[in-house]
Amino acid sequence: MQRTTMDLWVGLFVAAGIGALLVLALKVGNMGTYSAAQSYTLLGNFENIGGLKPRAPVKSAGVVVGRVVDIQFNPETFDAVVTMSIDSRYQFPKDTFASILTSGLLGEQYIGLAAGGDEVMLKSGDKIMKTNSAMVLEEMIGRFLFNKASESNGDKN
Amino acid sequence: MLMLLKSGISLRRFHLIIREIYFTGVLSLIIIVVSGLFVGMVLGLQGYETLQKYGSESAVGTLVALSLVRELGPVVAALLFASRAGSAITAEIGLMKATEQLAAMEMMAVDPIARVVAPRFWAGVISMPFLAAMFSAVGIFGGYLVTVVLIGVDEGSFWSQMQNAVDFRYDIVNGVIKTCVFGVAVTAIAVFEGYDAPPTAEGVSGATTRTVVTSSLAILGLDFVLTAFMFRGMS
Repeated sequence: MQRTTMDLWVGLFVAAGIGALLVLALKVGNMGTYSAAQSYTLLGNFENIGGLKPRAPVKSAGVVVGRVVDIQFNPETFDAVVTMSIDSRYQFPKDTFASILTSGLLGEQYIGLAAGGDEVMLKSGDKIMKTNSAMVLEEMIGRFLFNKASESNGDKN
Repeated sequence: MLMLLKSGISLRRFHLIIREIYFTGVLSLIIIVVSGLFVGMVLGLQGYETLQKYGSESAVGTLVALSLVRELGPVVAALLFASRAGSAITAEIGLMKATEQLAAMEMMAVDPIARVVAPRFWAGVISMPFLAAMFSAVGIFGGYLVTVVLIGVDEGSFWSQMQNAVDFRYDIVNGVIKTCVFGVAVTAIAVFEGYDAPPTAEGVSGATTRTVVTSSLAILGLDFVLTAFMFRGMS
């Protein structure tokens, strides 16, 4: 085989390989959506994060606006400090409400941001003051049983 | 083995490597692409079959993409590469040794390691990640064909769930690291077995068999070790 044809085939092969990697990165992976965008960080203290994990989405009105970057335990206040990276296209008011929600019955957990009415916007490194912990199934069942028991007691009296 | 590492000098004679990339990489393309397509289609069918019982058939894209990018792409591509190209490398070098071509080269003051062994080694190392990336990409396309075009899973949720679940750094880069390690392991074994083969017809055939067996086992073992380091039950 001629050397130039061989070079051509090898060039095509390498190009196809790099193309496949690009397809994987942009079409299959989430590189196109997040890493390149500018972002700022917000902090939030949660009493209980349930099963929240790093890289979990942060959503507002169901739209993904950022990701959870880091979760730490604060030994002074005994709660969890969650660091979120938010796309800088989106600004949130100072009295935004952050709660840990679950997508579907058995789905993954994410942080939902509900915007407040304040005119001052949150800046990078700010702490979200109003937070709502994750729902823990055992606590919920316990509360439900407790309510049921007190109801039936009330019926007897 | 150390000699192989020192053989980086052969990168200067780049046309030799290009020639070998043609033989190991370009000619392996057909088997890689075809088997990738079928593996992806089977994954799509089986994944759909199981997931629809739980009413979450739109997660089939996630299933296909994650299993291909993390595990099946690197491992199956490396196994195919070992049996398609690794055996050829061993047989070629072993036969060169048996017909005393290597000894003749030494006689002409041409280092057979630099002239014969090193280009094959580097060509394998270079082509392996590309082959595995193509395997994964084609496999995901195969899964798309079966589930979206044939069965009729919603196209939007197929891609968006996949993009939500697959992380570039965590999944794709780790998969590429795996393929690089497999590429080094497979070609190192193939080249060593060829160079070490007894210079008889029996020796060459035995060396070829050993290449395929050893490198397949090495791939599966290394895959377990790498997976244990990369995905320690995180998310």
